[in-house]
Amino acid sequence: MLSFIGRSVVQKTITLFFVSIVSFLIIHLAPGSPSQVDPMNPKFTPEMVERFQKEFHLDKPLYIQYIYFYQDLFTGKTVSWKDNQSVLKKIWERFLNSLPLFVVGTLITWTLSFPVGIRSAIFRGGIYDRSATFISYVLISIPGFFFAYVLIIFVVTYFHVPVIGMETFGIGDAPATYLFMDRIWHLVLPSMLGATGGIAVLSRYVRSQMLEVEGQDYIRTARAKGLPAEQVHYKHALRNALLPFVTMFGLILPGLIGGSVIIESIFSWPGMGRMAYEAVLARDYPIILTVNFVSAVLVLAGTFISDLLYLVVDPRIRL
Amino acid sequence: MNMVEKKLSNDFYIESPLPPKRTRMQEFQRHFGQNRLAILGLFIFILFFCCAVTGLFLTSGSRPIFDPAMVRLQEKLRPPLAKPNLDSLQPQEVPALGVYLMGTDDLGRDVFARMLQGAWVSLTVGFVAVGISVLIGIFMGGIAGYFGQHHIRTDHILFTLALILGTGLVIVNYTFIGIVIILLCLAYIFYSCLARHESTEKETPVLKAVLHSNAVSVDTLIMRIVDIMLCFPSFFLILTVVALLPASIYNIMIVIGLTSWMGTTRFVRAEFLSLREQDFVAAAKALGLSNFRIIFRHIMPNAIAPVLVSATIGIASAILTEAGLSFLGFGVPPPHATWGNILSNGKNFIFDAPWLTFIPGVAILIVVLSFNLFGEGLRDVMNPKLRERH
Repeated sequence: MLSFIGRSVVQKTITLFFVSIVSFLIIHLAPGSPSQVDPMNPKFTPEMVERFQKEFHLDKPLYIQYIYFYQDLFTGKTVSWKDNQSVLKKIWERFLNSLPLFVVGTLITWTLSFPVGIRSAIFRGGIYDRSATFISYVLISIPGFFFAYVLIIFVVTYFHVPVIGMETFGIGDAPATYLFMDRIWHLVLPSMLGATGGIAVLSRYVRSQMLEVEGQDYIRTARAKGLPAEQVHYKHALRNALLPFVTMFGLILPGLIGGSVIIESIFSWPGMGRMAYEAVLARDYPIILTVNFVSAVLVLAGTFISDLLYLVVDPRIRL
Repeated sequence: MNMVEKKLSNDFYIESPLPPKRTRMQEFQRHFGQNRLAILGLFIFILFFCCAVTGLFLTSGSRPIFDPAMVRLQEKLRPPLAKPNLDSLQPQEVPALGVYLMGTDDLGRDVFARMLQGAWVSLTVGFVAVGISVLIGIFMGGIAGYFGQHHIRTDHILFTLALILGTGLVIVNYTFIGIVIILLCLAYIFYSCLARHESTEKETPVLKAVLHSNAVSVDTLIMRIVDIMLCFPSFFLILTVVALLPASIYNIMIVIGLTSWMGTTRFVRAEFLSLREQDFVAAAKALGLSNFRIIFRHIMPNAIAPVLVSATIGIASAILTEAGLSFLGFGVPPPHATWGNILSNGKNFIFDAPWLTFIPGVAILIVVLSFNLFGEGLRDVMNPKLRERH
């Protein structure tokens, strides 16, 4: 167990190192440089450009820039090139904004997809199963931005509530319940959109896991014993089918930061995805690189946690 | 039951083996024919393909039949099936069908023509991007699966790194040092190729032993590269690269292709690992066939099914990604229409001109859905284990 932890930590650190190199190279070898962001701006004189480059070590060779950048990142001194604010602080603020979206979206995904998947596995081949399958394909295939506009048109036309942003603009000092409801209304659509793809994929996965388990011998034995159907489905089958999903708790971690660029920019939600998108537009390399790095850390941590959980949950696995 | 038993016993007494009653293709058709959703998907896909190809011919050229770039400011935001106002239009501005089949946008351009033009973009992006990713995936997965046990020697790694370094230096304008390093590497490769043929009876010096030591197996190396690539948030990575590179449809195809080969690599590696141990491969080796022939003639046809399935679904997600990029304003430069940027232009008029949102959105939905259904159908048909269960 300890050796497994040690080995994977070393392995993941090496992977992270290469990820940092690759992302740094991708950004810096791409044509164009950040000091050319605004060549038409008359205030951007050559001296300014030179000072800018000196300030951010852009005149040094690439490997020194790399060392400077990650030194700054680990000591928490990285600043955005746009407004000189600390990158980590900016990311943290945006992360707190994205968090409710992520939490609500994940809750919706996990609470909806299990009943749907289990029911379609139990009544396999029936009308319910087939329509659920078809609907989940539709949900996987629907472009998020199109679905967002369909929902916006629907909600605005029938409920007459504003949905753009985190709260209604200029709401000021309204009663607390009103503020609360306002926040909820603004939260519902983006988190539902974030959940659609997840529901479709996860419910299909639940269904196939349940089918897999329902075909096992011990289920037949349980049936043959004359146990009631509920007990067979929910006690014998479901418990064993749940096994792979425990590990998926680790794998949803990267979703924290990936967020959704498109959905957050449609709803003007000041979250991580939108910040990353704005950073890409402004060629704000520190933010792009930090977001990349943090999300790589989350991916690696997620796989690590899911391996550990598997180890804890499944006694058959010995490493 | 009785009949089956009879048949079995008949077969049992037959001296010479018979060919199967149905060929593989007939079997495939029979199973595929039972999957109605997959048939629907295939049908829509063929329809879409025809639309895209005819659309390409109808909307390109100097005097296209449907001109997607024709601006008619006096006819803006006309709803679908609206008749053009003949008084205010020049004869060459009247749409070919005499009616705006899908309405016009905020510049009075014919949405039908733009949709036709965009279909070709979606089709090519899907196919080229997935083509690139499948090629890389088969190559990497095949090497990892078939030659995985081979080890890479330390000197190979060193001179590969040195070659990359040299190229990098040339790019960053340290031309002289870069070229010197590259030449040194080439000389070393040349030397080691020659040295291989000499007898190596003499005792090896320490440096050579270190250089020739096995560093890492091919399989480990490739799988670690896959792990590294999987660490990147894919849509954000694509967005970053596309935003940094000059806007062009080819860049999008290449970038989507280069960031989505990891799944295929894993499938192909797994298939190769299991197929490599099969008897027919051992037989082929015993016959003295070359590795090339074993890989492409004997293993690949057996390993291609999951690749086809994931490629079909990959096309769907590549089309979605491209639409998302166009929607965000990256992608094909403006006068050219794609479904994503028609929708993106229409978003300012969602209440006045909902067709600008719904027509491209529904089109993307249907095409992506057809690819997904077809892919899942293929998966069911090609995987006998799944087939038994349904």
